[in-house]
Amino acid sequence: MEARFITPFIQSVQNVFSTMLQLPMQIGEPRVKAGKNTGYDVSGIIGMSGDVVGSVVLSFPDDAAKRVVALFAGEELGTDSPDFADAIGELVNMVAGGAKANFDGAKVSISCPSVVVGSGHLIANTSDVPVIEIPCMTDCGEVAIQIAIKTNANAPTQAASASA
Amino acid sequence: MRIMLVDDSKTMRNIQKSVLTQLGYTELEEACDGQDALSKVGAFKPDLLLVDWNMPNMDGLSFVKAYRAQDKNTPIIMVTTEAEKARVIEAIKAGVNNYVVKPFTPDLLSQRIAETLSKAGIAA
Repeated sequence: MEARFITPFIQSVQNVFSTMLQLPMQIGEPRVKAGKNTGYDVSGIIGMSGDVVGSVVLSFPDDAAKRVVALFAGEELGTDSPDFADAIGELVNMVAGGAKANFDGAKVSISCPSVVVGSGHLIANTSDVPVIEIPCMTDCGEVAIQIAIKTNANAPTQAASASA
Repeated sequence: MRIMLVDDSKTMRNIQKSVLTQLGYTELEEACDGQDALSKVGAFKPDLLLVDWNMPNMDGLSFVKAYRAQDKNTPIIMVTTEAEKARVIEAIKAGVNNYVVKPFTPDLLSQRIAETLSKAGIAA
């Protein structure tokens, strides 16, 4: 995966957490994720299409997810509540949306988010792109962004620049 | 002042409701996507709409185009994660009056609502 995609996600997740949750975030060293097990309990997943394709996952341990959702939604919610999934989905939506705005003019659409709840769940990526995981720490606990995206060589914009 | 909130995220609608309630606006209607909003605007007759972009069934841009075919004046603020300049221009061309990028602070949302109502000549 191109390194230029990483910084926008770091800036975006910090912006989302500080603006919507007043929650400062320390960013760890990005690393290539080995294996498919997220090691987390709650994940918000969003797809990207257009000039850049792939997926972005925002993952939390159970306790951290509950604390973050309580801050965001203004009430404590169980993981089985539809509102819990809604809040996680909106967070990953804002993180992905904020990041794609800084992809150097690439035209990218994002999907409606999906949320997975379950200890030790697997997220399988169909693409051949390595998953970059960015560990983050907040006062609510650990958060991780997993990014598996690449430039879409077949996108109309990319094809036009290649032939120009 | 009747305000319609169009967003598929209940959490986001609740945040917007909280800001609007603190500003003294209490006549609020919610819609979870563009189709839902189109089915409610006739009865609710909003004075202002806050509209998300990415929603299932009918997205915000399609809603704005459909709504503008029947109402050219009621101000619309797009509240969305779509931050690229090209997207903002696309929304303005479709008939959006103002734009708020998520994430936002309550102060920013309040400011954009005041600006929009003032430009539209509507007393807040």
